[in-house]
Formats: sequence, C-alpha cells, structure tokens
Amino acid sequence: MKTMDLQELEKRFQEKIDKEIKIEPNDWMPDEYRKTLIRQISQHAHSEIVGMLPEGNWITRAPNLRRKAVLLAKVQDEAGHGLYLYSSVETLGADREATIDDLHSGKAKYSSIFNYPAVTWADIGTIGWLVDGAAIMNQVALCRCSYGPYARGMVKICKEESFHQRQGFESLVTLCNGTPTQKAMAQDAMNRFWWPALMMFGPSDDESPNSAQSMKWKIKRFSNDELRQSFVDATVPQAEILGLTIPDPNLKWNEETGHYDFSPINWDEFWQVVNGNGPCNKERIEARTKAKEEGMWVREAAMAYAEKRALKKTA
Amino acid sequence: MKNEDLYNYVLRLGDDSLILGQRLGEWCGHGPILEEDIAMTNISLDLIGQAMSLLDYAGVLDGQGKDHDALAFLRFENEYRNALLLEQPNGDFANTMMRQFLFDAFRKPLYEKLLESTDMQIAAIAEKSLKETRYHLKHTSEWVIRLGDGTDESHQRAQTALDLLWRYTDELFFQTEEDTTLISLGMVPSMSEIKAEWSKTVLSVLEEATLVIPTNNWQFEGGRRGMHSEHLGFLLADLQYMQRAYPNMKW
Ligand SMILES: [Fe+2]
Ligand SMILES: [Fe+2]
Ligand SMILES: [Fe+2]
Repeated sequence: MKTMDLQELEKRFQEKIDKEIKIEPNDWMPDEYRKTLIRQISQHAHSEIVGMLPEGNWITRAPNLRRKAVLLAKVQDEAGHGLYLYSSVETLGADREATIDDLHSGKAKYSSIFNYPAVTWADIGTIGWLVDGAAIMNQVALCRCSYGPYARGMVKICKEESFHQRQGFESLVTLCNGTPTQKAMAQDAMNRFWWPALMMFGPSDDESPNSAQSMKWKIKRFSNDELRQSFVDATVPQAEILGLTIPDPNLKWNEETGHYDFSPINWDEFWQVVNGNGPCNKERIEARTKAKEEGMWVREAAMAYAEKRALKKTA
Repeated sequence: MKNEDLYNYVLRLGDDSLILGQRLGEWCGHGPILEEDIAMTNISLDLIGQAMSLLDYAGVLDGQGKDHDALAFLRFENEYRNALLLEQPNGDFANTMMRQFLFDAFRKPLYEKLLESTDMQIAAIAEKSLKETRYHLKHTSEWVIRLGDGTDESHQRAQTALDLLWRYTDELFFQTEEDTTLISLGMVPSMSEIKAEWSKTVLSVLEEATLVIPTNNWQFEGGRRGMHSEHLGFLLADLQYMQRAYPNMKW
C-alpha cells in the first residue's frame, strides 16, 4: 500500500469536516488541529476547575440549607465538567497532569471571569445567571464541534450549565423580589459582573487571528462577536424581568439591525486580567497549586497501595 | 413541646449531619485529587440533605413552627448538640478521612437500627440516609486502608489523625436518661448495640490499614450537652453569617 502524502491526507480530512463527519481520536488529523484542540479543551477544563473557587468560597456561608445544597451540587457539577474535559484532552494524546502544570506555571490560560472576586451572596446568583449563561452561548455552538469526544461531552455539559443558569436566575428573582437591601445587593453584583461577562467571549473578531482557521475546521461555528451579540440580545430581556439596570448608558434596541447596541468593551482591562493583573489571578493559581502540592502525598499513597495489592495478587 | 425526649434525640442526629456537612464543604475546590474533591462534596451534600430532613422533623417535634433553617442558623453556640468529633477542623486529607470513617462506622449501624424504629418518620429518614451512609463508609474505609498501608508518609499522617481523633469517639455513644424511655418504646436502639458494631468495623479496618489504637484512652465529651470546643464558634460564624447580618429575609 502506498503511503498517502500529507497534502492528500489534509484534503481528505477537510472533506470529512465539510461533510460534517466527526473526527474521532484514532483518525488522522493535522498537527495544528490537534494542538488547537488540546489548547482549547484544556483551557476549558482549567476554567471549570478554577471556576469552582469563587463559588466554592460561598458554600460555608450560603444563607440557607437549600441554597447550600444547590451550590454544593453546582460546584460538584463543575468539577465533573473539568474531569470530563481532561479526559477529552487525553484522547488527543496530551497528559492531564502536564496540562495542569501548564495552568500553574501560567503557560495555559483559563476564562478570565474567574479572576474577579465573589464578594456577596448576590454574586453567586449572578455568576450562575451571567457566567453560566455566557458559557452556554459558547458551548451550545461547541455541541457541533468537528471533534467527536468534545462535541459529545458538550451536549451533557450544556444541559447542566443551563440548569445552573436557571438556578442562578431564580436565586436573583428571590433577591429582586426581596427587601431593598437584597435588591441593591443584586444590582451591585450586576454592575460588577456585566462587563467581565461580555469579555468571556474573547477579543473582537478583527483581533482574533486564530478564529478563521478554527471556523474552517468547524471547531468554532460562530465568531466571538456573533456569540457576544447573541448573549446580549438574550440577556437584556431577562434583566428587565429582574428589574435590574444593565450598567451601560448606550445599551439600546436597534430596529434596523434587530439587535441591541452596546458600548465598546474596555479591552485594556481584558488584556490586563488575561495577562495576570486581575483582582484574583494570584489567589486562584495559588489555591490550585497548593491543592496539587498538598495532594502529592495522597496520590503517592494511592499508587503505593495499588502496587502492594498487585504484588500480593501475583504472589 | 410535643415530644421533648425525641426532639433532643433527633436534634443530635441533625446537628451531627449539619456540622460535619459544613466542615466537608470547606474542601470544595481544594481537594488533593479532582475525584476526591467531587467525593467529599458529594458526602457533604448528602449530609446537608440529611440535616434538612432531621432538623425539619426536630422542628415538628418542638411544635413551635421552626423549620430546618431556623434550627440550623438561629441557635446559640451552646444550643448545638453535635458530637465534638464533627466540629474538629479538617486538617489534612488523612484527618478528614479518619474523622469521616470513625463517624460513618457509627452512623451505618445506627441507621440500620433506626430502620426498625416504631416512629415512622425516623424510620423513613433512616431508610433514605442508610444508602448514602453505606457508600460513605465504603469510601472512607478504603481510604483509611490505602493511607495506612500506602507510603511511610501517608501511614504517619493516618496514625497522627487517629491519635488525635480517637479521644472524641466515645462521645458518639452518649445516651441520656430520657433516651432509655425512647429505647423502651422501640423508637431508638440502645447505644451499646451500636458501639459493638462500630468497634467491629473500626478494628477490622484499622488492622488492615496497619494502624494502632492509641494507648492514651482519655475521652472527651461535652458536645452532646452544648459544651463545645473553640472551633465551633468559627464554624458558626461562617454558617450563620448571612442570617445574622441580614435577619428576617428570604433567600
Ligand atoms: Fe461547567
Ligand atoms: Fe463550562
Ligand atoms: Fe456551570
């Protein structure tokens, strides 16, 4: 059998993509495709795990037992998403622990939203509503991603994320129908999380050099700006139901485009946070590094015990 | 009060679940392995769920219209009836697993007996909780064995945890004069039966884990009477923060 040359392989690969045939772990794929996916999926996994921290913060202080249970379940779901995504990364030949080390060294990124602090209880509802809401916008599109394991994982994860989003919204409904103090707490959370939530979709299209290739490979289906616009359009009516004001004086419905117009994003803030200068970057990475370092002896013990067991069996 | 004896009994059960669930929740996001982060959060979630059922029932027995939240969040420190073991700080993973194991080994036979309670409500709560508790005990037994018989370091840590926590185990079997009435009515089991079961489980797991029971057998007690350690106040400061800072609001 003649080995196919690279060009022919790439041509066939693109044909499969164009025909909407999923790429599976053992299929041939271009190195760049693999690298892009490893980067994107591990970044997504890191975001799930780092995202546990701001919310996990409030587990011990949740205002009643039902909310405590709901929050525990939510953060547990996020850990499950992380776990699932790390195994998707492994189907691409990457090592879970190595990608985690990249997170701790600062080489790998995670969603910058989690570098903002969760300072009041209203932040928990707001994170569920806006942050999980924005994540869903991104991830619904990823359910049709060309890489099979990632696409299938997203279907399950999206179901849980939309559950989180509804729970967050419901928690805010309670605050907004509560006392003036509670309503003010919700508005304050909105003021702090609105812009960082919009930044979750990443740089605008003209600043996003990798996007075109990702679209061609159908890793991405919509551009950052398209997703951001959908998010704004979907969220404004929800804010109206809550009676919360979106902190943007230029936000208004545009009859012509059929979308909401909004102010330009502060990209300087975005890049500062991405590059380590967000309010909590240092704390988040420190917390994760500490968990890994302090867990080392536990992992070693588990391995040592498993080896002893195996020896006993063969003996 | 409708049934003070049973109220006190159920309150002890509810407080044990509440305080341990609260403690385990502190691990969330910081576990040594992602899988164990999930497992500890899961146990915490089960315990908070049990606390809700138990404290709701305690509220009914109290007859003053208090729900689980009123009892969980609005009592003073000396009104909590959890055993001292459960308010002890998490410490390292070995300490958390050992504390959980010593408790699960007590809770499992207790729920098994409470299944037969003549009080239908208690029997129903026991049935739901027993499934969860069996799983918890399996999980923590495996970890105690793994850590005890793992590396030198993990063995040392597990032994240190056992030495520290052993002093709080007797209190789990605390029994009052009034409990004797409940026992004679077939509502709750006698603690001597539970202790026998507990000892059997603990001894066999510790043996497999190559861990030894400390020679100093001094035992602390007080939690069941509302005399707590310094640790509980800090735990309650977190637990009660919202209800105390923003009183009389719905969340
Ligand atoms: Fe998630
Ligand atoms: Fe996500
Ligand atoms: Fe989520």
